[in-house]
Amino acid sequence: MKISKEEVEHIAKLARLEIDEKEKERFAHQLSDVLNHMEKLDQLDTEYVEPTSHILPIHNVFKGDEIKEVFPMADPLSNAPQKDHGHYRVPKIVE
Amino acid sequence: MDYEAIIGLEVHTQLLTKSKIFCSCSTQFGAKPNQHTCPICLGMPGVLPVLNRDVVEFTIRTALATNCRIAPSNRFARKNYFYPDLPKGYQISQYELPLAMDGYIEIGSNETKKRIGITRIHMEEDAGKLIHGENLGHPDSSYVDFNRTGVPLMEIVSEPDIRAPEEAREYLLKLKAILEYIEVCDCNMEEGNLRCDANISVRPEGRREFGVKAELKNMNSFKNVQRALEYEIKRQVQTLEKGEEIVQETRLWDVNSERTISMRSKEEAHDYRYFPEPDLVPTVISEDWIEDVRSKLPELPDAKKERFVREYGIPEYDAGVLTSSRSLADYYEACVRLFPNPKIISNWVMGDILRELKDDERGISECPITPGHLTGMLRMIEDGRISGKIAKIVFEEMYRSGKMPDEVVKEKGLVQISDEGELLIFVDRVIEENPDMVEAYQKGKTKLFGYFIGEVMKASKGKANPALVNKFLKDRLDCNV
Repeated sequence: MKISKEEVEHIAKLARLEIDEKEKERFAHQLSDVLNHMEKLDQLDTEYVEPTSHILPIHNVFKGDEIKEVFPMADPLSNAPQKDHGHYRVPKIVE
Repeated sequence: MDYEAIIGLEVHTQLLTKSKIFCSCSTQFGAKPNQHTCPICLGMPGVLPVLNRDVVEFTIRTALATNCRIAPSNRFARKNYFYPDLPKGYQISQYELPLAMDGYIEIGSNETKKRIGITRIHMEEDAGKLIHGENLGHPDSSYVDFNRTGVPLMEIVSEPDIRAPEEAREYLLKLKAILEYIEVCDCNMEEGNLRCDANISVRPEGRREFGVKAELKNMNSFKNVQRALEYEIKRQVQTLEKGEEIVQETRLWDVNSERTISMRSKEEAHDYRYFPEPDLVPTVISEDWIEDVRSKLPELPDAKKERFVREYGIPEYDAGVLTSSRSLADYYEACVRLFPNPKIISNWVMGDILRELKDDERGISECPITPGHLTGMLRMIEDGRISGKIAKIVFEEMYRSGKMPDEVVKEKGLVQISDEGELLIFVDRVIEENPDMVEAYQKGKTKLFGYFIGEVMKASKGKANPALVNKFLKDRLDCNV
């Protein structure tokens, strides 16, 4: 499978990564190599294998509907780079 | 050319759990910003979400109440996008394996009944709240409150079965009634615990293929949903009539200008790269669990409406209004138990009570007139202690002050006069003062009888017992012939 330069640009944009022209070429190559490598799995017969999203045979792990202070936080904003009026402050979002 | 609208609705509802969907923070509204947060809902590295069992239970309840099929196994997926109200950089939602699908709810009356299909119902977490700069300090900043982050949401997606804005409103009202009955959501659109987006397209009548659709957002009341859809149908038809094409896009309803506005800027980002959430295990819902939830379901709006018609002999329309909310239906039935005349009660509740509440924008639970007040007053009418006319005054006063009817009657001296001697004083005075009228009446102008009744009532300030006044006046006027 071949990943194009345009696809690399799209993925970089979605991931908010800034990359230059040379990197785009390099990543297109590398990502194509990775996918080609994974394609080897297609040679296996998986007709009777359920698609796997979890490797552990467990299900229904629940918590009760209770309010608990599991991890006391004196100040949830203490690590915020910018804060104001009890809020996290971020660059203005324009819709 | 005539056009037909094709509408599907996506409804997001905040579930009434005490704690959040994947952590134990409170969901209580109105706390100081960022106080109901923890490392899990803030998306700190290394934390693990654990699913709140009641969220699953509430969603099963909703699935059963909307005739859905419940998947034996469902799982969560990550929906990836960047936005400051989403601390993890992804929303935990459901994608290819939702909890429920293929349901329906019915709208319309018995003659016009129509099914609106439900495509799917899934669980997800809410995002935080953004406040924009000018409202809180720097105009070049936005401010984030994560208290709402991780509050459980249920998304209910309808089939494109809705054909008119009025149908969309009916569907929403029915859905709201069901969700309130089964106590999973408060359903207050203005407060944002029920939100609605719409997909809408138009096509020339008779054509089978769907037209290009627009997605409408930001409609925060039932009225706005209807208005936005009405506007959008007009806009799309006009565009097509001009020979132009509809662009697939998201549009925002603007309440002030009463228009929908394109927000094309966001289109590029619609690539969510969903994948199964590795931090949460699948949820398996057994038949036993489903049957347990089913056995605890309350009577639903449609069933209650049918029972009201059958049991109380009231018209379908009345039964529909009275069962539109569970608390109103409970109020009605409490009244009927205290004063078993369902039709009279229906008239008072649907008329005077709902009118007063609507004027004050109150719900039935805030009504100062309890079933005890109302039926106490009705009994006074029945016993002849007050007239129907006086009852209106008593009603107003009870609504204003919350006082019991006998108290109001005593305080205001409103007791009906049924004493023969007292009534005859009024009757004789009216006859004495209107000799010309009496003569005309006795010469055959019997229509004047109503005039005499009116005069006696006026003289007694409305307190005379009308039935007795009628009798005494007749005796007096007719015997003198």
